[in-house]
Amino acid sequence: MSRFFADARLVAAKDLRIEARSRVLLNQVAPFALLVLVLFGFALDADQRTLRAFAPGLFWVAVLFCALLAIQRSVSVEQADGALTGLRLSGMSPAALFVGKASAVFVQLVVLEVLLTAGIIVLYGSEVEQPLLVVATGLLAAVAVACTGTLYGALASGLGVRETLLPILLLPVLAPVLIGATRAFDDALGNAAVDGWAWLGLLAVFAVVATAGGALAHGALVDE
Amino acid sequence: MTETMETTDTTGSRGSRLLGVVTLLGLATLLLFAFALTEPDVRLHPTTGQEIGQFDAVRLLYLHVPLAVFTYVAFVLCAVASAGYLVKRTAWFDTMAYAAAEVGTVFCGLVLVTGSIWGRPVWNTWWEWGDVRLMTTLVLFLMFTGYLALRRATVDPRASARRGAVVALVAVLDLPIVNRSVEWWENRTLHQKSTLGELKIQDLTLFTLMLGFLVLGLVLAWLLLHRFRVGWLEREDAGHGVATAIAERRADIDEGDVDAAVGEGA
Amino acid sequence: MTHLGYLIAGWGIALGVLAAYAASIVRRGRDLARRVPVGRSRWLTSPGEDA
Repeated sequence: MSRFFADARLVAAKDLRIEARSRVLLNQVAPFALLVLVLFGFALDADQRTLRAFAPGLFWVAVLFCALLAIQRSVSVEQADGALTGLRLSGMSPAALFVGKASAVFVQLVVLEVLLTAGIIVLYGSEVEQPLLVVATGLLAAVAVACTGTLYGALASGLGVRETLLPILLLPVLAPVLIGATRAFDDALGNAAVDGWAWLGLLAVFAVVATAGGALAHGALVDE
Repeated sequence: MTETMETTDTTGSRGSRLLGVVTLLGLATLLLFAFALTEPDVRLHPTTGQEIGQFDAVRLLYLHVPLAVFTYVAFVLCAVASAGYLVKRTAWFDTMAYAAAEVGTVFCGLVLVTGSIWGRPVWNTWWEWGDVRLMTTLVLFLMFTGYLALRRATVDPRASARRGAVVALVAVLDLPIVNRSVEWWENRTLHQKSTLGELKIQDLTLFTLMLGFLVLGLVLAWLLLHRFRVGWLEREDAGHGVATAIAERRADIDEGDVDAAVGEGA
Repeated sequence: MTHLGYLIAGWGIALGVLAAYAASIVRRGRDLARRVPVGRSRWLTSPGEDA
């Protein structure tokens, strides 16, 4: 079991080191995230009250768009120079590989969420009324998106049409995450009188199922 | 090494033709009942005495409700066959899963279209965001659109089968969560808790609805049967192409060997 | 009959799409059946192997 986590940590560290060196996240994905927030502003209204009312939904749509980019990147890293074949031959279990890759995506998503939270506070005038709920929602949703995304990234890997296929495969499956996280943020940012903590339960169920299911299913996919 | 190329020109068989004829007769009977023999849904308001109800729009339900039920039957069948494939890894399960997914997606699209057309006169809207079943069905439709896109994009048949099986299982597992989230999302639903409960139930209305279930079930069975055979033939065709190429190559080598042997002997 | 336009649209689209889909399946099946020997198209009786 300790071998499992050691392997997973190795893979996660490898992916994060690649990110740290290439700076794709900071130089490209993060600016894109802010750009999306600005574009929503242009598209909706210059009135900050409107933007504030829609801030939770816009936040999570922006997270999903950025997640797509992060996952594409996570997949393409393995395709270069037959890296995936190397990992497979290393005798590492597919589940450990999955957990490692998903962890790396998770860390990147959390960084993006922090950035976007700052973005909606500054640009949309949102106020964090329940910091704990914001953090819990952010973490659970990031687990759900990272695990589902990593599994679907593996599904679409090696295909010429991966860039276009991944969104239509992944986004419908993440519909409950979008709904749940948005509603929880509605509560946490004081936008609507809903029970954000109840939504957290739904996110937790999704995150657990996505982690366990992803680790199991990854085995069936990797040994092709 | 030439296989005799005796072929047919159809995926039909005596059984499937019989099924097809029965299905067509069933559809004609269903149309007769749905449009001619049943009454429109007209009730009197208990206090005001006004005429209320769905009127003739109810005739769309004889089609919409069975389509919806068999959409879910097809997708569950796809998930079961996908699980079967992951366990047994046989072509039969994979072909069945792919066939069920494709037919199910066609049914699902039609459920959304007929539901929308029914909703306009009855609910006074083409689309109702707060309705749980509607939104769940839409998400399901989108997920299986992705499934079909994935299967068409994957050239390697084994990769296509495995990846498809995972997507189908994820979609069906995700469904209860989607359903629950949409239900909480808008704590109200326009759909009748029981579609039958609110209608003025006449024996003939109920019979027509049951007939709808029977006929649409036959339609599903016929489509599944033929789509399965097409899938099977596609696989055989690809395999046959490879087998023929290998056989031809082998024949070349054999001839070469014979030539060499003859040359040596001479 | 009330809502006649909706009824024609609903039933028409559904039956039309189903007919078109059925026709496309039959056509695909005919093309393929001509290319595959009869012995290899016994779909339901042959046990099948990994695709």
